[in-house]
Amino acid sequence: MHLKYESQLREPLVYGDKNYHQVTEDIVRPIEAKPTKLWYVGFYIAVCLLMFGVYAIYRDVTYGIGQWNLNKTVGWGWDITNFVWWVGIGHAGTLISAILLLFRQGWRTGVNRAAEAMTIFAVMCAGQFPIWHMGRVWMAFFVLPYPNTRGPLWVNFNSPLLWDVFAISTYFTVSLLFWYSGLLPDFATVRDRAFTKLRKRLYGVAAFGWTGSTKHWQRHESLSLVLAGLSTPLVLSVHTIVSFDFATSVIPGWHTTIFPPYFVAGAIFSGFAMVQTLMLMIRKIFSMEDYITVGHIEAMNKVIVLTGSIVGVAYLTELFMGWYSQNKYEGYTFWYSRANLFSPYGWSYWGMMACNVLSPQIFWFRKMRRNLFVTFFMSIIVNIGMWFERFVIIVTSLYRDYLPSSWSVYYSPTIWEIGFYAGTFGLFFTCFFLFAKYFPVIAIAEIKYVLKTTGEGYKDKMGHLEHVPVEVFTHSGHGHTTVENDGATHG
Amino acid sequence: MAKKKFVVGCFDDEEVLFPAVGKVRTAGYKIHDVYTPFAVHGLDHALGLRETSLHTAGFIYGITGTTTALSCISWIFTKDWPLNIGGKPHFALPAWIPITFELTVLFAAVGMVLTFCYISQLAPFVKKHHFHARATDDLFVMVIECTDKTNAEDLKAFLAANGAVETDIQIAEEGWWLGRYDKDEMRFENKQIVAA
Repeated sequence: MHLKYESQLREPLVYGDKNYHQVTEDIVRPIEAKPTKLWYVGFYIAVCLLMFGVYAIYRDVTYGIGQWNLNKTVGWGWDITNFVWWVGIGHAGTLISAILLLFRQGWRTGVNRAAEAMTIFAVMCAGQFPIWHMGRVWMAFFVLPYPNTRGPLWVNFNSPLLWDVFAISTYFTVSLLFWYSGLLPDFATVRDRAFTKLRKRLYGVAAFGWTGSTKHWQRHESLSLVLAGLSTPLVLSVHTIVSFDFATSVIPGWHTTIFPPYFVAGAIFSGFAMVQTLMLMIRKIFSMEDYITVGHIEAMNKVIVLTGSIVGVAYLTELFMGWYSQNKYEGYTFWYSRANLFSPYGWSYWGMMACNVLSPQIFWFRKMRRNLFVTFFMSIIVNIGMWFERFVIIVTSLYRDYLPSSWSVYYSPTIWEIGFYAGTFGLFFTCFFLFAKYFPVIAIAEIKYVLKTTGEGYKDKMGHLEHVPVEVFTHSGHGHTTVENDGATHG
Repeated sequence: MAKKKFVVGCFDDEEVLFPAVGKVRTAGYKIHDVYTPFAVHGLDHALGLRETSLHTAGFIYGITGTTTALSCISWIFTKDWPLNIGGKPHFALPAWIPITFELTVLFAAVGMVLTFCYISQLAPFVKKHHFHARATDDLFVMVIECTDKTNAEDLKAFLAANGAVETDIQIAEEGWWLGRYDKDEMRFENKQIVAA
């Protein structure tokens, strides 16, 4: 017999008594059906936001970034805040697909495809901010080291801002490759059941001629395992390097060694919150309740409460160090500019504390973790909180520098800074709606791989095995009876 | 291109497929390939395929990235244009670690994916013969290459007896791949015609 058994104590990852064909049907159906009204409404709003963002950027290029409210001390305002925020969100996808793959977390199969897509779109949004902040955007390629006629004058390889260029572009490329290589077999599935010529042609091109050959699968497994191994340190390095943008400076409030782990935890925290927002939407709009189960939602809420608490510890450590260092500038930044509710930006610090540290504690309760309304609400709260965090870090450290004469101006964004931010929301959701309509939002092949282990129907049938002694399984006759885990990349 | 004759047997359960693969191989037939909707672990061993060396290629690409980053940056900062940054050493290895790491990952990932596509002959607009449309849905499609001695009808019956739900005989040709035809075939005659 072919033993694929998982304890009854574990919740099924796929509900319903399904077979392989049913899985294909369920996941491909939204691609083949006409989009729902809800989809059109969402897509329309997203495109409107995107258009507004395009106009805001058009103005940036035409009039220069003087139309933003950046001033003498606050040289980085909303746009770097938004950059860090989007990059942070972009961490969950690769974390889910890479780190959870290495940790053999079966529940990742239901959510990894959409989470990876989210990563790619979030990084695309993040990239907009530094690019348009350059002002003369047609010289953006100056950030790349290439032999030029100016000497050649090279970029500064010792600068964290250049490390960022490499980190973000590598992260984007590797995430894209990881995502797309996983999509090949699923595109082939869509292609092979296409009912129009055009559809067959388009998905055929997208599937790269995938056949499902055993040798190809063997290489595909090896590829995804190595890409996961590469992406795991990569995902940690990216936000570490983003935090170096701040930590290697000598601004009080930025110059701390705690930044890399604190930023990475925050990134995972906000990324999972965004995954929750999107998953709850996909689940509802495309009726994927059998595949994105309450168990999946709960698992992600556990990650949220863990990383939220790590971030909370980091905030408290910073406050402690602000006092313990007895450095008056540090003390001023942490205890006056931030922690004092009545200082000009005190509201943002306490907003951050309330959203990131206090409210996620609700997820210590199982009932709350499994409540979809609470989860959706909390996922929004966490993302607001994480935006506040970046705003606090950037603005409260900058708005009062060493010269009290520069203190007078209170930084608040103009409509064009807000419009740019809204525009990236438009970009993100436009991409995401298109993805949800035309791409398999759940990894079909990976669900089929775990189906016989964790599908509800199969689990029920194997319930009686719970009482069979182990010896029965250890001495069976066939060559392939061992528990399947050699090189398991889908576990 | 050489057309070949294949006997196709479709299985709807991997637990039936595994014993069938064993029996077909013991009977001396040459399994061309088995097309499956997902990665069936252990099937590569059952078919007698060798382990893939893709990860080794990935390692080589990775160290190429490391070397590229380190050699380029150190040449630029110590030889080509030594830049005085606050009097710090020109050879600032610790500051180069982030970029070195990123390029290692980038080279390894891009190289591996391209290699994967190349050796598996995957690219947009590549035409391949698909033996069964449901091979990407719910069927495990075993394809056996016929030789002169193979009795296709017997083989079909043999597959059906071993649990195949559907059997079929198909004549298919190998696809082209970047001008390289199937290795089994020598296309010398054609070449001479072109030369003349």
